Amino acid sequence: MDPDDRAGSVMEARPWAKRIAAVIVVTYALVSMVPLAWIFATAFKSGTDSIAYPPKILFRPSPEGFCNLFTTRSRQPEEYIRSLPPTTDPCDANARANNMVIAGPSNFVPRFLNSLVVAFGSTALSVLLGVTAAYAFSRFRVPAKDDLLFFILSTRMMPPIAVAIPIYLMYRELGLSDTRLGLVLLYTAVNVSLAVWLLKGFIDEIPREYEEAALVDGYTRLQAIRKVVLPQAATGIVATAIFCLIFAWNEYAFAVLLTSGHAQTAPPFIPIIIGEGGQDWPAVAAGTTLFLVPILVFTVMLRKNLLRGITFGAVRK
Amino acid sequence: MTDLAERAARGTPAGIARAVRGLSDRAIAWLFITPTMVLLLGINLFPLVWTVRLSFTSYRANRPNAPIRWVGIDNYLQVLGDPDVWAAMQTTAHFLFWTILLQTLIGYALAWLVDRRFKGHGLWTTVILIPMMLSPAVVGNFWTFLYQPQIGLWNRAIEFVTGTPASSFTMIGSVRLAPWAIVNVDTWMWTPYVMLICLAGLRSIPAHLYEAAEVDGASRFRQFWTITVPLSLPFVMLAVLFRGIENFKMFDMVNLLTNGGPGSTTELASITLKREAFEKWRTGYSSAFAIVLFVTVFGLANVYVKALNRVKSR
Amino acid sequence: MSIRKFVVVLSLACAFALPAPASAQAKKITLCWAAWDPANALVELSKDFTARTGVQMAFEFVPWTSFADRFLNELNSKGQLCDLIIGDSQWIGGAAENGHYVKLNDFFDKNGIKMSDFEPATVTGYSEWPKKTPNYWALPAMGDAIGWTYRKDWFARPEIRAEYKKKTGRELAPPKTYAELKEIAEFFQGRVIDGKKVYGAYIYTERGSEGITMGVTNVLYDWGFEYDDPKKPYRMEGFVNSPEAVAGLEFYKALYKCCTAPGLTNAYMSEGLDAFKSGQVAMQMNFFAFFPGLYKDPNVGGDKIGFFANPAQKKQFTQLGGQGISVVSYSKHREEALQYLKWFAQPDVQKKWWALGGYSCHKAVLGDPSFPKSAPFAQDFLTSMGMVKDFWAEPSYAQLLLSMQKRVHDYVVADKGTAKEALDALVQDWTKVFKDDGKL
Repeated sequence: MDPDDRAGSVMEARPWAKRIAAVIVVTYALVSMVPLAWIFATAFKSGTDSIAYPPKILFRPSPEGFCNLFTTRSRQPEEYIRSLPPTTDPCDANARANNMVIAGPSNFVPRFLNSLVVAFGSTALSVLLGVTAAYAFSRFRVPAKDDLLFFILSTRMMPPIAVAIPIYLMYRELGLSDTRLGLVLLYTAVNVSLAVWLLKGFIDEIPREYEEAALVDGYTRLQAIRKVVLPQAATGIVATAIFCLIFAWNEYAFAVLLTSGHAQTAPPFIPIIIGEGGQDWPAVAAGTTLFLVPILVFTVMLRKNLLRGITFGAVRK
Repeated sequence: MTDLAERAARGTPAGIARAVRGLSDRAIAWLFITPTMVLLLGINLFPLVWTVRLSFTSYRANRPNAPIRWVGIDNYLQVLGDPDVWAAMQTTAHFLFWTILLQTLIGYALAWLVDRRFKGHGLWTTVILIPMMLSPAVVGNFWTFLYQPQIGLWNRAIEFVTGTPASSFTMIGSVRLAPWAIVNVDTWMWTPYVMLICLAGLRSIPAHLYEAAEVDGASRFRQFWTITVPLSLPFVMLAVLFRGIENFKMFDMVNLLTNGGPGSTTELASITLKREAFEKWRTGYSSAFAIVLFVTVFGLANVYVKALNRVKSR
Repeated sequence: MSIRKFVVVLSLACAFALPAPASAQAKKITLCWAAWDPANALVELSKDFTARTGVQMAFEFVPWTSFADRFLNELNSKGQLCDLIIGDSQWIGGAAENGHYVKLNDFFDKNGIKMSDFEPATVTGYSEWPKKTPNYWALPAMGDAIGWTYRKDWFARPEIRAEYKKKTGRELAPPKTYAELKEIAEFFQGRVIDGKKVYGAYIYTERGSEGITMGVTNVLYDWGFEYDDPKKPYRMEGFVNSPEAVAGLEFYKALYKCCTAPGLTNAYMSEGLDAFKSGQVAMQMNFFAFFPGLYKDPNVGGDKIGFFANPAQKKQFTQLGGQGISVVSYSKHREEALQYLKWFAQPDVQKKWWALGGYSCHKAVLGDPSFPKSAPFAQDFLTSMGMVKDFWAEPSYAQLLLSMQKRVHDYVVADKGTAKEALDALVQDWTKVFKDDGKL
């Protein structure tokens, strides 16, 4: 019986219990969204409004946050600004109002692209390696299987800073410092342990009989895997991919220690966006919002898989 | 994706395709496991061995040309005898204890409430999940903004709810409150994660157990304690394990939120390690520290996993 | 998963992950510095270099709080991102001894660049290693020191002046001593001006990089703190933790507790600018580098802002800031980088640098009779540069700095122990570092 389907069974919660549960959960959800809502609002505030004291709840929206996120500006004398031809670009207009001129694009887009490449690349690789290794551990007799599995889990126990010390030295020698490949390899190595454990759990759930039947029917092992196992493990694969992606997308310590101008991703970049004095909070907020979007979209699209994937997951064993 | 796969497949030389198709199980096993093992050996085991080796030297990564001195267990003695290291471990322990406690209690409660299946519970669950999708570093950074006494939202909200004036206290600047500031942010971020795993635990309990208990006349309260809690316990313990390991290693969020301050009241072990390794460049010493941390968490995890397995098999 | 998908996924991942092919050989050099006002001015100034030589400039700016971390990391990993770097004055020792910077003596000689054309304090502070020897590793680029700004408009209000006179018997004016500064700060602390509560002073308290040290030394120097025995280098007992130094540290804490805005427990340069610009404080400690921008600020600039040099106590010193510009030895574009130095050293470029907001160290600019009048803070800058003192520039400076950061922050902000305990612990820390280094 599908555990999701309990309608009509005696186990259905009573209506008043449901209502109370709803109130509490919705309250928690809304309260936990308040900080994010504030940040989202800050992305649309002008610089002065964002550091207004006391904080402003109602404000006039300004493109300053997003403009500052995507551009670099330099201060110019007033006469120079007055001498410029009029502009229709809101970012230009905003800069000029602050006695500045747009000097060029900021590093945000390159960093964002690096994040896309590194996160999706390492996720794809982790899932690939994870599925294959998990299948092998699940189906075949591998010598010292339990020890190997614990070794795989233990690789997650080193603090990233600790791992970073020898990796830093190693990458320096190999020329992998400040490269996307270096970061992809590192993230894959970190994620593959989680991937193997989760996917082994999912694959364990799939009865061997289906593959045996396929093999008897004349398929090779690899074809059997493709036709039988993968579709059944699909939700598990998706759930694993989401967790791997969230880690790789948001990772900071390795990115800040091992990359610099070329391969740096967005997380080290966003907290150091500063304006003409302190942190440029509208720009930081804008960066935070934009950076959240891909993950949010990905997770929301696949949320059914996430919940169901966990339900059937490794934790079950 | 399939279309791309088809096109790529058509491009794959037939010879290879044929050869690969006919692989034996043994060969497949090797093919599947080797890349993972090679990667882990290269990026996890080899550096670990290198770290052990470094920990016995006085090497400093910012002076690659200086001669390397072998110092035996000197670094380890220094690490274990350093009061700052012990202070950092204590701070980490405090952080671990409170974050796990709060996240487990709140996460489990939320999971149980969501499992009542009220209308729209799927949507609200997804909303609750959002904080854990953020980058911990970015979260630490914008919470400094939220915690600012004058211009931030948190103090004003507390003032609104309890009446204590906003500028009379500061979360990340006060020696008393800073440790709670970091616990608060971590709980905000990761309670959804614990909730998710507990939800999986609750959903895994077969409905017929409840039905049988209902038939037997057991009250809902009794059912909770005899069925729900014991059967979802393995999941809760797993969530605790994962959160424990992650928070032991915690660096990004706290570093950006408080920088270990004020003084060293929120300086977690990872932050101390980073300072030693990448600011003071005492590579040998920090390698010893890293090994000590690793052994600690490895040992604790080992003990815990054994307990977990015992609970699972019950 | 079929082999097809395997191949596709793997090749996609690898294709994206491999480094992009090198771009066309356009002459371009990258200059690395901290992200602050003068950096923007340098971007503007460098357009002249590109116009004269055709070499394109790219810039990598990182905020001060991550500046040392990021670029020391870069240098230590032999990175090739930076061709030129405007590194902090304290990096000179390490950079020289570990081979990160190119030694410039030959280049200077061949191109007629004379160190005697630059202010001696800046040459010693930003270029020399070992100190006081003619070995040059950088060209003095940005002269800087700690100074103070104050709300001239508030100081000018008759009711405020009258009340101050009634309370202390003195006229309200920029303080000449720290005792006066504390008095003024106490006077303004909590006062309501224009409907908002304001605070007395803003001082540095940053924990992570170098903030609180850069703040506290201004007070410590004035009280008589010395880094070591002038007759016996590296002997610190009795000089770092002398009774005067202890009194000075206690004063800094007292000032922090009595007269600053709440919540600034980890504050450095940018928080100070925010606090001053949003009208929260009467007096602000900060580097001269920011004063041109502050003077032009629409809210607090112009007639509203005044400046004064670091006040005296028993002695008068101020903490040196500023940087020199060096050529990174791992750079692939050494020739073009050296060209930049040659261009930058010219007097007319230096004059333009000052005009744009950068603090030139060239005698042609600083020694010009019109300099003191060229900006409201110019005279204070000259005064300050004549009384600067710098932190250790040893190769192990990072350890020395981090140790001081911890001990001072623990005492001043986290209320741990006494001032004497903090300084005693500091002597122990520093002794250990020098022993490890073989200097003791």
